[in-house]
Amino acid sequence: MNTLIYTSVLGFGLMVLEVLKLRKWISPAIILGLSLIFGINIHDWNQPGSYMGNMLEISNFTVAFNALAIFITLLIAMLASEYYSDEEHHISDYMAIMTFVLCGAQMMLGYANLVLFFIGIETLSISLYALSGSKRFDAKSNEAGFKYFLMGSFASGFLLFGIALMYGATQSFDLNKLAEYAMGTSVSPLFLTGLLLVLFALFFKVSAAPFHFWAPDVYEGAPSIITAFMSTLVKVVGFAAFYKFLHVFGYLIPVKFDWLITLVAILSLVTGNLSALAQENFKRLMAYSGISHAGYLLIGLVGAAAFPSSAILYYGLGYSLSTIGAFAIAMAVFKSTGSESISAFNGLGKKNPVLAACLTATMLGLAGIPPFAGFFGKFYIFSEAIQNGHFYLVLVGILSSMIGIYYYMKVVIAMYAKPANETKIEISLTNQLVMWLCLVLVLLIGIMPSLVTGLF
Amino acid sequence: MNPITNPESTTNWYLFLSCLLFSIGVMGVLFRKNALIILMCIELMLNAVNLLLVSFSAYSGNTDGQTFVFFIMVVAAAEVAVGLALMVSIYRNIGSIDIQSLNKLKW
Repeated sequence: MNTLIYTSVLGFGLMVLEVLKLRKWISPAIILGLSLIFGINIHDWNQPGSYMGNMLEISNFTVAFNALAIFITLLIAMLASEYYSDEEHHISDYMAIMTFVLCGAQMMLGYANLVLFFIGIETLSISLYALSGSKRFDAKSNEAGFKYFLMGSFASGFLLFGIALMYGATQSFDLNKLAEYAMGTSVSPLFLTGLLLVLFALFFKVSAAPFHFWAPDVYEGAPSIITAFMSTLVKVVGFAAFYKFLHVFGYLIPVKFDWLITLVAILSLVTGNLSALAQENFKRLMAYSGISHAGYLLIGLVGAAAFPSSAILYYGLGYSLSTIGAFAIAMAVFKSTGSESISAFNGLGKKNPVLAACLTATMLGLAGIPPFAGFFGKFYIFSEAIQNGHFYLVLVGILSSMIGIYYYMKVVIAMYAKPANETKIEISLTNQLVMWLCLVLVLLIGIMPSLVTGLF
Repeated sequence: MNPITNPESTTNWYLFLSCLLFSIGVMGVLFRKNALIILMCIELMLNAVNLLLVSFSAYSGNTDGQTFVFFIMVVAAAEVAVGLALMVSIYRNIGSIDIQSLNKLKW
């Protein structure tokens, strides 16, 4: 509760700093503010409660995912202070909108009422529409923002229709009352249709196939920093909200809709991994990789009632750290070479062996090779799925992660086997700091998974 | 019973009407080419939901639904503000708001 209030205050505070002509304090203020909010959030650990007439619910689940979301935003804010250094006059807008994305994320993590759920999703999405289109004079960025906007609001329409139908069946938006209704003997078709529409909207938000068509275009066109933000924060928060939504309805969703989630998981794994094979643009590659990671996480949501949320937290943490680490390096490369294709990495192994080694490590982490967190994340999800008896899903998962290794290696091959060009790659101190932080953490939780999985 | 005052039958009519409006909105988003018209169709979808919520709310005598409508209106306004801003910057860059001219990003 306090976390949400302080985050909104931070967002407004950043805009006030701009008005007071204290522009050079904006980046330190957001980094300091988010660190403080991280501490305030941790303070809520083991202090469950519900606030605002049972709109917002704080549990250890919420606190843990909030901590992850704040940490991701902190890393991105550090990268952003560097990325936007040549666009000083807009920095308060970008930073403030990023903070508002975090507000939306916190609402999505703590909702106990569908009204707050909807407002959270919209706060997050509308801020992101603006951020994806934020390079005003770049036609690609405009197109990305507009495509995201059109498809996102189309999906919100379905989400709302679903919520309205569920309200019609139960006369309430409160999750506890909805859960009570779902446990009852007779569930009306109105309610089930509503549930199905909400599921569609959630599939859209986490970019699972066949609801993924926006993702590659938007990820490619948006500014790189926003791509990194979207592919990590939105995915992790989307899955946490999804998990919470499924969990509330206990065994109703497993009985009625497990086939749908299974189907979407398999489709995401297959489409994500196969389409990634043909990509030449690094950001597009990461988009398809994100779709396939959505598939792995969806395996964890099949039969969510029996599935531990720590698996999703662990996977989300490993995925986000690897992705942000990769983007910290990739953004430096894009800036120096002026190109966003995989060939921009050609010969990086000779020009800058340290960067190349680090990027290789993050790619191995995403591909799921030990000792990085990606491996244990997949291992954890697969072993839980086998215990729940979903062998065929795990089989598809393992086969597609083998395809995955190939396309992540494409970047590595470009760095080590292709001839170098003349361009010198310069990486700023901030990017290096974020890169090392991500790498150390990915290795740490990869070697000692119990640090995260033992939390709850 | 008078069909106008009978809550059961009127709610059914409102349900049909809002489903119809929602479908018109969906069809418009899927088939129209002008970005402005698509934006209007998205608004139509949201307002169909508002109608649905209000009629459910009136039927059950529970005011939660009517309160939610205000939130939806606020969100819809914010959405339109961002959407129109994006549309203006697209028009400045390429001189058209036909969505078929948005073809720089593709596989």
